[in-house]
Amino acid sequence: MHVLKPDELQVPAGKAEATKLGRAIVVTSGKGGVGKTTTTANLGTALAQRGATVALVDADVGLRNLDIVLGLESRVKYHLLDVLEGAATLDDALVADKHSPTLRLLAAAQAREKEDVETEKMRALVQTLRERFDYVLIDSPAGIELGFKNAVAGAQEAIVVCTPEVSAVRDVDRVVGLLGNAFQPQLVINRLRPQLVKKGKMLSVDDVNAILRLPLLGVIADEPEIIVATNRGEPLALRKEAPTGAAYRAIAARLAGDDVPAPMPPVTQTFFDRLGAIFGGKRA
Amino acid sequence: MIDFLKRLFGQTGSSSTAKERLRLVLMTDHLELAPEMVDAMKRDLVDVISRYVEVDREKIDVTFEQQDKTLAMLANIPILAVNRNGNVVPPASNGHLPSAAAPAPAAQSAPEPAAQTAPVAEPPPKRKRRRRKKSKPAIPAPALLVSGGVLSAAK
Amino acid sequence: MTARRIVITSGKGGVGKTTTTANLGAALAKRGKRVILIDADIGLRNLDLVLGLEKRIVFDLVEVAEGRCQLRQALIKDKRFESLAVLPAAQTREKDAITEEQFSSIVERAAEQCDYVLIDCPAGIETGFRNAVAGAAEAIVVTTPEVSAIRDADRVVGKLAARGKPIRLIVNRLRSEMVRSGDMLSVDDVCEILAVELLGIVPDSEEIIDTTNRGEPVVLDQSSRVSAIYNKIVRRLEGELVPFTSFAGTGFFGRLLDAMKAG
Repeated sequence: MHVLKPDELQVPAGKAEATKLGRAIVVTSGKGGVGKTTTTANLGTALAQRGATVALVDADVGLRNLDIVLGLESRVKYHLLDVLEGAATLDDALVADKHSPTLRLLAAAQAREKEDVETEKMRALVQTLRERFDYVLIDSPAGIELGFKNAVAGAQEAIVVCTPEVSAVRDVDRVVGLLGNAFQPQLVINRLRPQLVKKGKMLSVDDVNAILRLPLLGVIADEPEIIVATNRGEPLALRKEAPTGAAYRAIAARLAGDDVPAPMPPVTQTFFDRLGAIFGGKRA
Repeated sequence: MIDFLKRLFGQTGSSSTAKERLRLVLMTDHLELAPEMVDAMKRDLVDVISRYVEVDREKIDVTFEQQDKTLAMLANIPILAVNRNGNVVPPASNGHLPSAAAPAPAAQSAPEPAAQTAPVAEPPPKRKRRRRKKSKPAIPAPALLVSGGVLSAAK
Repeated sequence: MTARRIVITSGKGGVGKTTTTANLGAALAKRGKRVILIDADIGLRNLDLVLGLEKRIVFDLVEVAEGRCQLRQALIKDKRFESLAVLPAAQTREKDAITEEQFSSIVERAAEQCDYVLIDCPAGIETGFRNAVAGAAEAIVVTTPEVSAIRDADRVVGKLAARGKPIRLIVNRLRSEMVRSGDMLSVDDVCEILAVELLGIVPDSEEIIDTTNRGEPVVLDQSSRVSAIYNKIVRRLEGELVPFTSFAGTGFFGRLLDAMKAG
């Protein structure tokens, strides 16, 4: 099994940088639909609300959604491929967020293919963004193919998003294996339903991390308000009083290095034997 | 009480916002996915206008913009000359102008479903505005600004 | 006579393609149909897991394509059903390990020995999707009543229509209470936007989460409401006209009744 080597992924050292480069973090999962895009939008918003300059990059060419989650879909004029191919400048393409003044979005192309993205150009683009922004968050598509590889190109860190379901855990495990140690992946567990965990019908946070063994950045419970927020195109991180908003803000704080105690929902410890048998402690 | 009444009469919460946003974003997506159709539409538009005034075909700019709850087509068409007699140039001798309902290109375009999605096959209604012609040669030739082509889903 | 070959797809990941494939397959098998399920998600296989068959994998799709084994050697017979077999995907390969022709050919071979071939399509619209669709004659698009899922479903509907495949829609994870409160798009909204024939409405349910974790298709539980819904869906698939039923009978406003529609 091919583990991406550090030199395949990281920005090659060489150019002396006078100014401090921003952090480029890929948000990925393997499994689709676990909340990568929602996490990218909210984490970016939360970081920007703290005053950081943030660029969000939608790497899901052909199936873009970061724009719609942020409520910016009507403002996208140029996209990632326009910039990579020189049809537009970065300044043309970066969309200013409606709510957070230091947040910008680089949308994906809708009518193009992931194969159209050249990995080297993507890496260079992320490097350019790092020179201008404190944080560059890259929303990875589902899967582990070219779209994922391009999303990873140029990033130095990774956030893996996982839901407490066997398929998601298995897929994240695979992705973490592919990333190797170079990205220091941190885990966000999404869509937890504490009531179901108590009833023994859903994996607990501990169950998930017993397999994945990653530093835990945060836990987000499954709340109807998340659906409402996407309906409106207003990320919950804008609202401190929303439980999910607070959770994302805590994640942002932790990511930024603040010492924030984990606001985890109280859950019962449960253990699923099947998991042990499936994974046997090994990473694929 | 107000909330309940709103719900009763269909003015609900975020789902109606979501539906509107989806409607518009899908129209934009469909346009992005059918560049040949958009090109054909631009050509036809210019052909029609050329029957009335002489235009600079090289400098035509057509974009789509979201305005409130509709998608609008904005066309900027520079005029080179206006015929003194106001004669209308008849259509090309090979027959009628090509139909605006250009056939959708094969692989990439969305299907033509029910009326909910943008009826992009129909030519949009146009509103013309002319700028005053200036005498100084340095100023660029006046443009025929065609706007308000409302491509909203007819219900 | 060869089988019906149906791909279950969505564009968006995580809306329930694999769960749908597993449960439709199981429900069809319970009705006495011979069913072969094919997991086309090479590299991130999950159909085996959802059916609890992960420990019985010997050969996979790619090995069949490469001729390293026979199709029948790779097919895992699900012992809980008379006539349900699964062809698992490869886990340590990539989607381009197989071509459209190879995949179609495997689907055809499977179609000779059963009544239904259901293909679990990976997320996305790239190689994996193209391969999965190439093998199918019909499509079921699965979506949830959420903005991103519907947008992606629209894209996929466009691609399928361009290939001339008949398409039907399953709306998954409907939350009636949220539809009622105006915080979730209704089934009617979704159908209006996508303009695809409706095949089924599956409510959000704890049972699915639970049974998926345990590797048991929910249709094994006769008393389950969701199980009954999948049975209705397969009846529609077989050509029966089964009405979509409302749940709670409360409320006399048409809108509210529509909102509670499921089945």
